[in-house]
Amino acid sequence: MKRTAFFDEHVAAGGKLIDFVGWAMPMEYTGIIDEHRRVRSTVGMFDVSHMGEFHLSGEGALADLERITTNRVAALVDGRVQYSAMCYENGGFIDDLLVYRLGDSYMLVVNAANKQKDLDWIRSHIGTSTEFRDASDETALIAVQGPLAEKVMGKVADEKVVSLGYYQSVTCQVAGQDALVSRTGYTGEDGFEIYLDAGTAGSIWHSLMQAGAEFEIEPVGLGCRDTLRLEMGYALYGNDIDERRTPVESGLMWITKLKKGDFIGRDAILKVKSDGPRERLIGFELEGRGVPRHGHRILSDGREVGVVTSGTFSPSLENGIGMGYVATGTDGPLDIEIRNRTVPVRRVSLPFYKNGTVQSR
Amino acid sequence: MTKQDLRFTKSHEWLKVEGTEALIGLTDYAQGELGDIVFVELPAEGTHVSAGDVLTTVESVKSVSEVYAPVAGDVVDVNAALEDSPDLINSDPYGDGWMVRVKLEDMSSLDGLMTADAYEEHTKG
Repeated sequence: MKRTAFFDEHVAAGGKLIDFVGWAMPMEYTGIIDEHRRVRSTVGMFDVSHMGEFHLSGEGALADLERITTNRVAALVDGRVQYSAMCYENGGFIDDLLVYRLGDSYMLVVNAANKQKDLDWIRSHIGTSTEFRDASDETALIAVQGPLAEKVMGKVADEKVVSLGYYQSVTCQVAGQDALVSRTGYTGEDGFEIYLDAGTAGSIWHSLMQAGAEFEIEPVGLGCRDTLRLEMGYALYGNDIDERRTPVESGLMWITKLKKGDFIGRDAILKVKSDGPRERLIGFELEGRGVPRHGHRILSDGREVGVVTSGTFSPSLENGIGMGYVATGTDGPLDIEIRNRTVPVRRVSLPFYKNGTVQSR
Repeated sequence: MTKQDLRFTKSHEWLKVEGTEALIGLTDYAQGELGDIVFVELPAEGTHVSAGDVLTTVESVKSVSEVYAPVAGDVVDVNAALEDSPDLINSDPYGDGWMVRVKLEDMSSLDGLMTADAYEEHTKG
């Protein structure tokens, strides 16, 4: 298994390491619920160095990215970050990603599980005037997330970081190291993501822990990353979005700019939109006890009308929550099938958790 | 209660014999692997189980696991406290986190179970 720059720190902190697409990553340290509440109440620190980072530059970069991704890259001003996606010609998702504009070049941050697939796709769809570089293995990434994240960053980085707006980035020093910092995250709380040189990043873990001690910072693992993102209704590739679904069914038309001109997947997405999607992603809360899981069937009057794509026990709501696809036009009460039991669910609007500090900015 | 009193299975159940009955639960090792337990599906009292049958289903935040009956018998009691506090299995797996009390069908079926030391070895492998 590949080790991130913070492997020794995870072991020292008692992290339970798992194999996550070839990386030894911490699932949890003290417990998923504890760590979840840490991020919601004060601040937690994730190692997410397994994510993939690609750099695109050169004369053709903007035009190529405009064709490859669904969001409007031309609208991305220097120092801004954009949530976007890549789709196949048939409109199905290849991946969702972040696009950073860094001067005249761009950085793409992609899911670790899709890195090779994305890399192959991008390389075969860019022109000779675009330079591509895979920086994944040389880039370490820490996410500092929680209502007190700004306090921690204020102690280790310059003022530029604290004054960052949501989805903005800046290059600066963090604890004496060159870093790219953005005000982004996957938790629903205020927070920052710090990109570092993996060769020297190791020591910053300790610096952040020390700076954050007075704010009760703790290392937190991938387990609570999933419960935090699901409470916000954020899609996870491989669960809620995949190659069989387009932005129309997935509720991601807000990152799909049909009017920007042609891009890969546009015609197919337009067709789904005008024909009307066969299914839609919904959020639901359990009315009874249990934990919904990926793959459980969704029933209406005993008839299968959909499938759960993500489910968990929500530490904030203290109840089972989930997202899933339900056939268009399904009205009335829904149930999910958990093994041999049928449990009623209530449709709810996303996000499930409505008090995240990310919205107060 | 000490672990030495208990008998264990390869699938991480423990069993404590009290006369012709036995308490059954999930081992400390297993609760550690599962992480935060948030829901337990207990059998109805009076249910007859054969060795190897699913006795309870335990849901943690990250996964679901089945607990098998180590021996045959009738369920005579279940730990109702687990309904509201399933985390008792995490905090006290061999005490307040017990799951089911079974009236044993055949005392000789206990012979196939592991001692604490044998189980310890098993979890290291």
